[in-house]
Amino acid sequence: MNLSLRPKTSIFLVLIVLFSSSGNIFLSQGMKQMGAVRVRSAMDLARLFVEIFSNGWIWMGIAALLLFLACFMVVLSWADYSFVAPASASVYIIVPLVGHFLLGEKVPPLHWVGIMIICVGVGLVRHTPPNTTREE
Amino acid sequence: MTLRTALFLAITVLANTGGEISVTRAMKDIGEVKDFRVAALLTVFKRAFWSGWMWLAIGLLAVGFFSLLALLSWADVSFVIPATASTYVVGGLGAKFLLGEQLSPARWAGIALVSVGVALVCAG
Repeated sequence: MNLSLRPKTSIFLVLIVLFSSSGNIFLSQGMKQMGAVRVRSAMDLARLFVEIFSNGWIWMGIAALLLFLACFMVVLSWADYSFVAPASASVYIIVPLVGHFLLGEKVPPLHWVGIMIICVGVGLVRHTPPNTTREE
Repeated sequence: MTLRTALFLAITVLANTGGEISVTRAMKDIGEVKDFRVAALLTVFKRAFWSGWMWLAIGLLAVGFFSLLALLSWADVSFVIPATASTYVVGGLGAKFLLGEQLSPARWAGIALVSVGVALVCAG
């Protein structure tokens, strides 16, 4: 399989955003199931640790974030860091949208403004060549 | 903003950016991944973890993570998290001067907008 630079960069950016958003959402679901964390003794801490690592959402979150890291590394083997980092900021668009539409979280007006500004910024970056450090 | 907050914010941003730039260096040394079969990808990751850059990256990202935790223990979350959005701009400078990437005005404009947008989304 030998894809040209732009399509394979786009595929990996989609995977990066997918895995890192779902990872954060899974972790947040897992932690919310536990309720507010209160640690007063070493015993509390040990109990919290056991509770965290026996939660399925947490493991799904960890798996998603590991896949995110793998995709992030792979895409950086050919694409500019200054392309990948801002283009991955779509996570900040997806997480509030999922929070709003699927998890019933309230998104304040200022956040919607931020989301629109990120869309424009990501769009601008995505229009630049993914790699500027070597000849294609 | 106290001097201590400013110092830890600078450490958080610089360590995170430095860590990601080191990951980039490690991966650029390996070269473009062209074979996406699982066995080939595992070889790529094995090579990456043999690279000194990767371990520098892990060290820097750990410093960034703990410095952020420390910062959050006294500073206001609604200030700290949006302020870390400056990572995108610092990352742009690092990419230009440390990795030799060519940042066009369009890319800089995109980076600036992403920073402002992320700061707004993260603001309380």
